[in-house]
Amino acid sequence: MTLNVLAVDDSKTMRDMVSFTLKGAGYSVVEAEDGQHALSSLDGKTIDLVITDINMPNLDGIGLIKALREKPEFRSTPILILTTESNDEKKAEGRQAGATGWIVKPFEPEKLLKVVQKVCG
Amino acid sequence: MHEFEEFKGTFFAECAELLVDVESQLSALRDGSEDPEVLHAIFRAVHSIKAGAGALKFDLLAKFSHGFEAMLDKMRDGKIVVTLDVIDILYRASDVLSDMVDAAESKTDLAQDYGSEVIVEINDLAGVSASAITVKPSSGESSNSVDEVTPKTAIKYNISFSPKLELFLHANEPLLLVRELKSLGEVIIEADLSRLPAFMDMDAEGAYIDWKFEVVTDAGEEAVREVFEFVEDDCELSITFEAMEENSSVSEDAAQADVTEQVQQSNSGQPEKEPTKTAKISSIRVDLDRLDRLVNMVGELVITQSMLTQQTDEIPIEKMPNMARGLEELAFHTRELQESVMAIRMQPVKSVFARMPRLVRDLASKLNKNVNLVTIGENTEVDKTVVEEISDPINHMIRNSVDHGLESTEDRIAAGKPEEGTITLSAEHRAGRIIISISDDGAGINRERVHSLALKNGLISENSKLSNEEIDNLIFAPGFSTADKVTDVSGRGVGMDVVRRNIQALGGRITIQSNPGKGSRFIMTLPLTLAVMDGMIVVSGNGKYVIPIPNILESLRPEKEALKRLPNGQEMVRIRGEYIPLAFLHRAFQLTGAETDPAKALVVLAESEEHGKIGIVVDQLIGQQQVVIKSLESNYQPVTGISAATILGNGMVAPILDVEALYMLSITESHLDSLSFEQSAPDIQPQLAAAKTSTTTSPPHETSTGSSQ
Repeated sequence: MTLNVLAVDDSKTMRDMVSFTLKGAGYSVVEAEDGQHALSSLDGKTIDLVITDINMPNLDGIGLIKALREKPEFRSTPILILTTESNDEKKAEGRQAGATGWIVKPFEPEKLLKVVQKVCG
Repeated sequence: MHEFEEFKGTFFAECAELLVDVESQLSALRDGSEDPEVLHAIFRAVHSIKAGAGALKFDLLAKFSHGFEAMLDKMRDGKIVVTLDVIDILYRASDVLSDMVDAAESKTDLAQDYGSEVIVEINDLAGVSASAITVKPSSGESSNSVDEVTPKTAIKYNISFSPKLELFLHANEPLLLVRELKSLGEVIIEADLSRLPAFMDMDAEGAYIDWKFEVVTDAGEEAVREVFEFVEDDCELSITFEAMEENSSVSEDAAQADVTEQVQQSNSGQPEKEPTKTAKISSIRVDLDRLDRLVNMVGELVITQSMLTQQTDEIPIEKMPNMARGLEELAFHTRELQESVMAIRMQPVKSVFARMPRLVRDLASKLNKNVNLVTIGENTEVDKTVVEEISDPINHMIRNSVDHGLESTEDRIAAGKPEEGTITLSAEHRAGRIIISISDDGAGINRERVHSLALKNGLISENSKLSNEEIDNLIFAPGFSTADKVTDVSGRGVGMDVVRRNIQALGGRITIQSNPGKGSRFIMTLPLTLAVMDGMIVVSGNGKYVIPIPNILESLRPEKEALKRLPNGQEMVRIRGEYIPLAFLHRAFQLTGAETDPAKALVVLAESEEHGKIGIVVDQLIGQQQVVIKSLESNYQPVTGISAATILGNGMVAPILDVEALYMLSITESHLDSLSFEQSAPDIQPQLAAAKTSTTTSPPHETSTGSSQ
């Protein structure tokens, strides 16, 4: 079964990279440019994994994670945050909001896939 | 990382947008904005550039943006106070960032220490040591000492793992951890059910099972730890290891080391951010090539539609009323479709305007002037091609206003004006065109000096009587400059004539209004798009031509008595007491079979931007229609008197007249001499010569539909 991934980042380059890597590995990807768009793009879709940036306009990654965790269907959906190594406190903040794990930017494609497999099986 | 090569285009396009955004946020910051979103937005932009640069291995760029980002992060947290000095550093940092992006894009090498001055300042402020500003490769994390000592040696790890409730709340899953462990080597698993409560007391989401794993692997401790990377805060975890074989390099202590991780919930970090209320308009990015193809296709559709209409024109409506209605609807929808497609290409002039505060700031400090730039209407939209083309003229005029328009601070004070000069840059839509104006509250044009300079340069003659407006417009004459000395800001006469010519080439015009002592105002009007236009199809002899509707004032058949011939041979028509020179299309383009007597033909009264009115003599008017502009230069060759061409419904190419050039073509030289203030007079001879050579080749008729613009 194809897993659906929601990729959220305000940088088109990053979204493209995440999307390209995941699609190449057989995942299906829904893209959104910020938290607000992510929430409005759900539209009853089954999402098996969320990958989100932290720094975004309108609704940032932390806000998105909190909003998702409040939805019953997202209680046990893995959520990965995209973070840079300088952002340890963001990592902690993300975890507190309910993130499952993180991917350090810049990432190698293999590393991204490895982390995705780690939380999705 | 070859996988990501193809994202470079996206990355640079994104960088360009982000840098424009940074510029406009910086100017908001400089204007004293205290909206936290301003800093957040700058941070996000730099952050995105850094992330992309890192992924695409633009090391210099990634390194620099990392430091820049750190500084901005501190500013967001209030650890660095926003002062003018700090803003100045931000400006310079944004410059360096922009240069680095350019260098990366053009694959040029910058010096390794490029921007080092700013880097030092950033480091000082951000409290990072220079060496700290490096981007660690994501994969090469520091490896454990045990691995270094004993690579590829199988080690048995004893893991005790007691998940807490949070583990599930974070959507982590012990089963997946077990699977991952199994991928490292042989695992013996033991579940400890002692914490399991009675069924009735059980919380479905609770964590009750403790686990013990024995893993034998040569992957190293790092790999084992990595399995628990995401859960170490949500569990009690202990990992101990022992060597499988006697290994002298691993000490007893190390082998028995107990590395119990304590749960630490981090409460640090920033207060929760309120989501901004305003939602962005959702948008998608489309490759410009695709859009151009679409515009072209719609252009072809318009041509096909007008062809259909033309074909059925001869059939009486009663014969096929439904067909007529259908065609009418088709025409309506085609027009709608075309407008919608053109709307896709519309962009706000913001991208150009946003660069100007910076320019003004730099110029002002260079010239030691105090200048405030006010921008109005930056969301006014025009076609993308126009946006690209207006940047240079605006830039030039702003330079001109700061340098020549505004007086020095001392002069302003002496004149009783506020020390700070104001330049207003505004854009608005009016009558299907965009009007961009640049006004300053400087000294206005020194007409005496302009007049005497024009005399000296031979642009006007002693006895010519010029109105104030005409004098003001002399600054657009070729090679004209009023600056007493050459400055490195506007240079000397880096001509307003060039600006005017460029704007005219776009089908626009530029004028100046000046009020001595109060200031000057440049007004530039441009078409909203360079892809389609409304035109009047006219016939002269065996040719069909298009006159741009914006040029047309009226059309009429003059009385014989209204026609006059000047002694120099120039033919004129009198309309409501005003004498207007006539231009004969058949003469200009050597057409046969045309009506030569204006009293029997029609005169289309058109206004040229530069020279005033002209009466174009044609045989007949066919009708008004929206035409798709096809470049003559790219499809054929430039022809004097013709700005572009279009394809008519019958597939024929119809040249679009350049009223300006037509005026020059048709007015006799001696008549021009009598128009003493004519600035382009010296150009007339070569133009006529060019016209002669180009008109011997008949206008292109072989181009068929399907050609691109």
